[in-house]
Amino acid sequence: MLKCDLLIDSNDIKSTISKLKNEDNYSILLDITVIDYLKFPDVTPSRFAVVYILRDSSFKNQISVKSYINDNTLEVDSICDLYGAANWAEREAYDQYGIRFAGHPNLKRVLNHHQFIGHPLRKDYETTKGQICTFSDDLMDQMNPLLTSKGYSAEDINDLMLLNLGPSHPASHGTIRNFVALEGETITACVTEIGYLHRGFEKSCENHTYSQIIPYTDRLNYCSAILNNIGYSKAIEEMLNIDITPRAKMIRIIIGELSRLIDHLVCNAANMVDLGGLTNFWYLFSPRDKAYDLLSKLTGARLTNTYTRIGGLEFDLYDGFSEDLDVILKEVEIAIDDALSLIAHNKIFQDRTQDVGVIKADFAIQHGISGPNLRAAGVAHDLRKDKPYYGYENFDFDVVIGSHGDIYDRMMCRFEEIRQSARIIKQAMRELPDGEINIKAPGIILPSKKDVYGNIEGLMNQFKLTFEGIKVPKGEYYGSTEAANGELGFFIVSDGSGKPYKVKCRPPCFYSLAAFPKIVDGAMIADAVVTMASMNFIAGEFDR
Amino acid sequence: MGLGAESKLGDSIVTTRLDHAINWGRTYSLWPMVFGTACCAIEFMAAAGSRYDLSRFGAEVVRFSPRQADLLIVAGTISYKQAPILKKIYEQMCEPKWVISMGACACSGGFYDNYTTLQGIDQVIPVDEYIAGCPPRPEAILDAIMRIQEKAQNESILKDRIKEFKGILDA
Repeated sequence: MLKCDLLIDSNDIKSTISKLKNEDNYSILLDITVIDYLKFPDVTPSRFAVVYILRDSSFKNQISVKSYINDNTLEVDSICDLYGAANWAEREAYDQYGIRFAGHPNLKRVLNHHQFIGHPLRKDYETTKGQICTFSDDLMDQMNPLLTSKGYSAEDINDLMLLNLGPSHPASHGTIRNFVALEGETITACVTEIGYLHRGFEKSCENHTYSQIIPYTDRLNYCSAILNNIGYSKAIEEMLNIDITPRAKMIRIIIGELSRLIDHLVCNAANMVDLGGLTNFWYLFSPRDKAYDLLSKLTGARLTNTYTRIGGLEFDLYDGFSEDLDVILKEVEIAIDDALSLIAHNKIFQDRTQDVGVIKADFAIQHGISGPNLRAAGVAHDLRKDKPYYGYENFDFDVVIGSHGDIYDRMMCRFEEIRQSARIIKQAMRELPDGEINIKAPGIILPSKKDVYGNIEGLMNQFKLTFEGIKVPKGEYYGSTEAANGELGFFIVSDGSGKPYKVKCRPPCFYSLAAFPKIVDGAMIADAVVTMASMNFIAGEFDR
Repeated sequence: MGLGAESKLGDSIVTTRLDHAINWGRTYSLWPMVFGTACCAIEFMAAAGSRYDLSRFGAEVVRFSPRQADLLIVAGTISYKQAPILKKIYEQMCEPKWVISMGACACSGGFYDNYTTLQGIDQVIPVDEYIAGCPPRPEAILDAIMRIQEKAQNESILKDRIKEFKGILDA
């Protein structure tokens, strides 16, 4: 049975994690979550358990630490002083499960609204019980202490201009609310509030079969839906201990890299719109639309593709796929050259982006930032290199890193990663093996229509898989992949039935957004807008 | 020097109905405010892009200030937390105003039937046109805009468009 790596007493949480961090170099906190065992078939020492997932500084090892929580106190020690990333992670655990973290500086809800009563991910909270919110939180309970800590008196605060950027604001590219205190155009304090697009992904997973969840994963990072499909399917396949076919692996790499490429195009295009460079948007969106044509031919949808299946893929490549792909890769290359010719040596662009919105490497590690945002800060961490899957180790591609960690580096890293993705795609197309795309396993893959209509075994197989779902062995497992925004992880608890007992997504941009207020502290407001766009916050991903 | 129609008309006078003249103007200069929250907003970007080119329908001047817009396009999931903001934005828009509910989530909550998602924005604000899809294709957005144009063409400018509406946030 799959289990967490360490099971510790709840009194030892802080000392154990502190030891892991200081002696064993587990410098990145990936995620914190809670499991509610109320309806679990096995007897457990207590109702709730808290799980910490950490990654070490070589990026190759991860460890999950689990601890049962005393039912009477429902309280454990906060690890906020060890990891910056713990702040929002603990707030989320409190919000969703009602577990208190002693010593947390500001333990309030993060995803659900301030009028919400109860904790929705507890097993005794009814899935469809919605609660109306009549007005938004004014956030002064966070703003006032922040300003006081910076030496502002109550009178000074009256002289500041308090401004909401979002949750409906073109610069936020989604539903982020940044509540800022301004002195002139300089941000003296920023409080970020999320949850406006919280749509209950994790709760919805609990009453759907493993296969039915794939469409939900599309809508996490909707700019690169297939990378989420792959991340989720891969985690389930690892729990099932199955190895997908070589052809399926290669197609997943090709389509996954194409998604990454599209994601980066959208991010950079939108970022340049915020800088006033609309022409780049047209340049970069044109090949993207071509890529969507290819995806709709292949998967039937432009944006939300639901392309993977547990154990394989929905469709094989169509005839003429390779030619279509070549055209797209060529046009992407041209589009990047066109866009770069407008900005790469443009003084205005450089002044707006260089040494602005700087993220330092140690700050990024401390706050659990991953993906291009971390690489732009000069840290060569890419799960495709550090923990290769699907044979990424056989490909010739570079991990792109920046030197300053500013907006310029983040944009240029994304441009170069587009080129690297194109390199991987070209190599993969050359090496693409023939054969089946789905494994042969009646308990996992639906039978062919010929069998469903032709014999009773096939019919029963179809029926059972559809109604009961894939039976995943009992256990807990954390699986991760390198998505467009960084490490996308899924922590899954199975009770052995066809539906997951719990699914927790580790969204990469949740953690980069948690660090955002500190990054823009003291910055100009116009720079904050561009910084936000350069970090590619996708609301579907961080709010889930 | 005159070009086209005006050169033929010279000093003539054109008579028409006031409704017709004003609605003609309104129809072909809709200014949308995109309340984009999720995946649908990305597809709206595609509709505004050069391939599908919303400007062919006179609706490309996208405003992010509700006070400058007359067409609200709600693109994406609306949660209970977001609902009061959507209502406020809608109320800030001047008459006449139209609302398009874009995508399954805005229309009905979509497949998010759970504790956090509003089961359709028509529980909070009145809606003129619905677009199905998750997300809808850009063509469907253009279609909905054309249906709004038809509505705008055939309405009296003297009558108040908004009928009695009472949503869950109108206590």
